[in-house]
Amino acid sequence: MNWSFLTDLLRISLHAMVPITLTAVGEIVGETAGLFNIGLEGIILISALAGALGAEAGGPMVGLLAGMLVGALISLIFSIINTYWKGDQMITGIGINLFAAGFVAFGLIRLGSPGFHSVTRTAQIAKIQTPIGSLSPMIFVALVVPFIIHWFLKRTRAGLILKAAGENPEAADVAGINVNLVRLLATTFGGVLAGLGGAYMSIAWFGSVTKDISAGRGFIALATVVFSGLNPLLALLGGFIFGFFQSLATWIKTLPSKPIPWQFVEMLPYIVTLLVVAGAIGRVRFPKELGKPYKRE
Amino acid sequence: MSRDMTETVPQKEKLVHRTLTGLNPAIESLLAAAVGLIIGAILMLVWGYNPWKAYAALLQGAYGDAYGWASSAARGVPLILTALTFSICVRAGMTNIGAEGQVYMGAVAAVAVGYFTLPAGLHLIVGLIFAMIAGAIWSLGPAILRLTRGVNEVISTIMFNWIARFLTFYMVAFVLVDPMRGEKTISIPVSARFPVLIRGTDLSWSIFAAVAFAIVIYFVLWHTVTGYEVRAAGLNPSAARYGGIKSKRTMLMAFVLGGLGAGLAGATIVMGNPPTYAIISGMPQLLNAGFDGMAVAMVGRNHPIGILIAALFFGGLTAGGRTMQFTAGVPLEMVRVVEGVIVLTMAIPELIRVFRVMRSSWDRLMSVLRRRSA
Repeated sequence: MNWSFLTDLLRISLHAMVPITLTAVGEIVGETAGLFNIGLEGIILISALAGALGAEAGGPMVGLLAGMLVGALISLIFSIINTYWKGDQMITGIGINLFAAGFVAFGLIRLGSPGFHSVTRTAQIAKIQTPIGSLSPMIFVALVVPFIIHWFLKRTRAGLILKAAGENPEAADVAGINVNLVRLLATTFGGVLAGLGGAYMSIAWFGSVTKDISAGRGFIALATVVFSGLNPLLALLGGFIFGFFQSLATWIKTLPSKPIPWQFVEMLPYIVTLLVVAGAIGRVRFPKELGKPYKRE
Repeated sequence: MSRDMTETVPQKEKLVHRTLTGLNPAIESLLAAAVGLIIGAILMLVWGYNPWKAYAALLQGAYGDAYGWASSAARGVPLILTALTFSICVRAGMTNIGAEGQVYMGAVAAVAVGYFTLPAGLHLIVGLIFAMIAGAIWSLGPAILRLTRGVNEVISTIMFNWIARFLTFYMVAFVLVDPMRGEKTISIPVSARFPVLIRGTDLSWSIFAAVAFAIVIYFVLWHTVTGYEVRAAGLNPSAARYGGIKSKRTMLMAFVLGGLGAGLAGATIVMGNPPTYAIISGMPQLLNAGFDGMAVAMVGRNHPIGILIAALFFGGLTAGGRTMQFTAGVPLEMVRVVEGVIVLTMAIPELIRVFRVMRSSWDRLMSVLRRRSA
């Protein structure tokens, strides 16, 4: 038997892990501070388009920057509504997702290619040759970022301030912490990582933008956050698990014998997400004030 | 300082202010719609379209004549139902974004009933019942995960939407496929179709099914014990629990009622929309019916009557959007951009206050600039 499919699986899993891990780690920072961003799906979607356009205008690095910038901008709007204007976080997130779906479909039509835009090869991030095949350098970024964030949340004063804003905003306020500003910065940072994940998808992984390129990944990232219990290292593991099942689906689809109809194979990552979240709940504790706007009495 | 302020504000403006806050819900919805349309116009300008021409075409297409009104109402029919799905769960304190998948399942069930041979009328009713049950069954998954495992319904319903999408792709391609034309399912026979209400338009009797369901939901929510419990659980879960309301039962009720509505929405799309009466491959007629319903629910302030009005507005956006695409060349997707901005705006609770703060800071900026230039 030919075992090369194992390295194929590992390679695809690592690639599929990147957007989920980056988005989940960013959302962990935001949720630690008390904001629950269900607009991540829309952020990934728009930044995938922005990344592609940026990369075609000024090279891959500009593309990544464009993705991060767009992610930051949308999250900034999200967090202004949900801190200073006491908005409803669920509804804001839904609004972002609707807007993104329309905006990206609209943008693709405007680019002259309804539904699909191929990124020119020179604008894509070059892959690195390794013993298990060619890998995107972004994989290493996704492997390192969770450790940095873990250190930041557990070992720095700023990390402690984030936690205070999420757990007990009144006490944090009394202690002189600007709760709304902390939440705004944390969520904006989360948007930067989600934007990086989106830009990665279009210019480093697929090499194209489609109008549903995010395919639920924003929500799978939210599920990963639940699985991780706000621990970035577990988010890395969770991202790899979801990446693995996505690659498994891709692999089964390419089998010449077609053992299962492709429609059922495509369901696999979503079913696994449900099972993992259902299994993870109970042992996980979230910030007390997560999802509620902070109002000074 | 505050004393100063109250004395300088003219009496008349205070009165206007009070009226505004009294009318808050409706005014805020209108404001949000205006903000959405304005930002849409700005985006159109940026992308090089003529927003004036686009909106004129949209208005003409949506409400310009009887045909426009009928098309807008026809597009609004499924939105009434999916909006109710979202609203019932909001009233119960949950964010159920699973209407999308439940619509697919309802449509699949309605098409499957097309294989039966039944007398006209009865066939239609059987189809509706099957579709509603299919929608409700699809809502049970997230409900059970929430009740037994505490899984956040936002995540679970989205996952169920994606699973429903691929399940529907499979059913359309392999199970319900039209043997003559592989790109669509069998067409629902005449005996199970909603008769067309106004000849030459898309508007069928399905609108009465949607309105009837809205009335039933209104009655259930405001005139039954179950409805009272659902609303109480949403307003204050711990007080409701203390008062002896079984929150798990009410949550389940909210999910199932919503699922019935979304399933019915799927049925109205395939049984009430000429000319195909079938699901087309890629299901363009079903996509986004659930998501658009959430926007309708918010603008309709989660109230059945508000939803009926908002559905006519969003139905008009879609129907008029086609005219806009045709005559002004602006892609139909612009409508969803506008929709997203409207929902974003609706998320701000004290919208009027935000506007006032923005206006006063604008005035302050202007006066500073004026002083500088003077």
